[in-house]
Amino acid sequence: MRLCLRVLTLAALIGAGCATISSDKETGEKAASVLKSSFKPAGQAGLDRLDQDDTQRACSAALGKAVPKELAAQIEQANVATIRYPSDGQLLGDWRNGEKIAQEGRGKQFSDDPKGPVGANCYACHQLSKTELSFGTIGPSLYQYGKLRGASGEVQRYTYGKIYNSEAFAACSNMPRFGYKGILTEQQIKDVTALLLDPASPVNQ
Amino acid sequence: MNRRTLLAALVGIVIAPLAGAQASTSDEIAKYRAALQDGNPAELWEARGEDLWKQKRGPRAASLERCDLGSGPGVVKGAYAELPRYFADADRVMDLETRLVWCMVQLQGYTEAEAKKNPFGSGSDKRSDLEALTAYIAVESRGVKMNVPLAHSKELEAYRIGEKLFYYRGGTHDFACATCHGEDGKRIRLQELPNLMTAEGAQKAYTTWPAYRVSQGELRTFEWRLHDCFRQQRFPELVFGSDAAIALTMYLARNANGGVFDAPAIKR
Amino acid sequence: MGEPMKIRATLTGDATEVKVLMNHEMETGQRKDAQGQTIPAWFIQTIGVTWTGKTVLSAQWGPAVAKNPFLSFKFKGGAKGDTLAVRWVDSRGDQRTDEAIIA
Repeated sequence: MRLCLRVLTLAALIGAGCATISSDKETGEKAASVLKSSFKPAGQAGLDRLDQDDTQRACSAALGKAVPKELAAQIEQANVATIRYPSDGQLLGDWRNGEKIAQEGRGKQFSDDPKGPVGANCYACHQLSKTELSFGTIGPSLYQYGKLRGASGEVQRYTYGKIYNSEAFAACSNMPRFGYKGILTEQQIKDVTALLLDPASPVNQ
Repeated sequence: MNRRTLLAALVGIVIAPLAGAQASTSDEIAKYRAALQDGNPAELWEARGEDLWKQKRGPRAASLERCDLGSGPGVVKGAYAELPRYFADADRVMDLETRLVWCMVQLQGYTEAEAKKNPFGSGSDKRSDLEALTAYIAVESRGVKMNVPLAHSKELEAYRIGEKLFYYRGGTHDFACATCHGEDGKRIRLQELPNLMTAEGAQKAYTTWPAYRVSQGELRTFEWRLHDCFRQQRFPELVFGSDAAIALTMYLARNANGGVFDAPAIKR
Repeated sequence: MGEPMKIRATLTGDATEVKVLMNHEMETGQRKDAQGQTIPAWFIQTIGVTWTGKTVLSAQWGPAVAKNPFLSFKFKGGAKGDTLAVRWVDSRGDQRTDEAIIA
């Protein structure tokens, strides 16, 4: 029994040689059904939030390891296709609003008012402006993001696109897909893009 | 004595002026936490929990002193460190809280709904008996090494399902447990995040729940921790005592084996 | 009658160290509930600790003291086996007295 367990947890593969234990696929299916029966709808969060799209499913199956290169490329391609740039071609909004959005941790939780503010909570994971010391380290520091890169059209498109759908550029990224999943509005993404790229933004001081 | 204000054992926090000096921020936060250890309000819950364990209550006017938490009827010492586990009488794996509910139903005659009705207390008007009982059972395992069994096939199944759930990306934000708890040395804002993918991280994290959460003003349990994680992950609401809660608890508790249990702790 | 306190008193040399954990909401009167209504203030206002009839500590507290307050202090005197009494009175006029033996 112990050897089987080690094989299963290390390789996360079908339990070859452990004929009495359910296969990895069966466990995955059981887990999904356990999930459905273990949650109840609350506030704005319905049970449909438990349904996975292909990207989420593929990233979950990796059990914390990096996905194979080919699969990563497929995931990125599929997510690139979802990016919608503003029809007016303007990618930079107001960095002052951007900072508010970066500070705002509420939005989309079942405890949040559906009509209430929705933020990106950037500071949960990133350093941004120099003066905000309460920042997380799950993502890289974005301090001086614009200063280091300039704000050419190409940089603007990448930055906007990354906020819209981070997995277009990094399969299974931990960063939410703010535009594609309808978390932020187009104007909000423009404002956060400006927070990163506007030379006057506190991020670039 | 002149009128003066007392703050409960706080030391002034000195935040490093430069963003680069984050290591000293962690040190200062650690000092603050050390200062809070004395006078942990969790003791108030432990005392109330002990009373609830011993009082004759419910339609059967019985105490919980015959409740079998896995080490035999009424054996409380060390029981928390071996949970979750399979119970033959219920034919399922149970964490402490579902086992308490079971005993409240079987021994005291409550219905399951009555026993589960207020899992997370708020204030002195809405106290949770389950939180108090959990605090009492937990303190009786302080100093004991985590020793969760993985012998019965249902225990193994719960563990493997818990593992799958740990990596399950979902909701509007694509968050899984692993999103925040899958790397060493990370933090969210200024809250350090244990890497639950490692034995060391799992030990440090699991052995400090239940805990008095100062920001909540309440003693919070591991079921509460899972419930609140999923809320912040933008998932719908985790059902108290559900199979997913038990499976995830099984996964994390088992990964914490060997760690010395040190709860109830005090947290921010 | 308020909720019971946890009191520990230990003699070291010629001083007694007293640690008291009190069970009280300590509502500041500044918070609002989910409906937007102000939650009324409710907090411990006075504390008195006596040993063999003598007051060894008296305190006047306000809403800045946190919920479930922890009080720790030392006084010169005390002997093993002596009784200490801790009494608080809150802003509603409710009160609680508990005793402990110096160890």
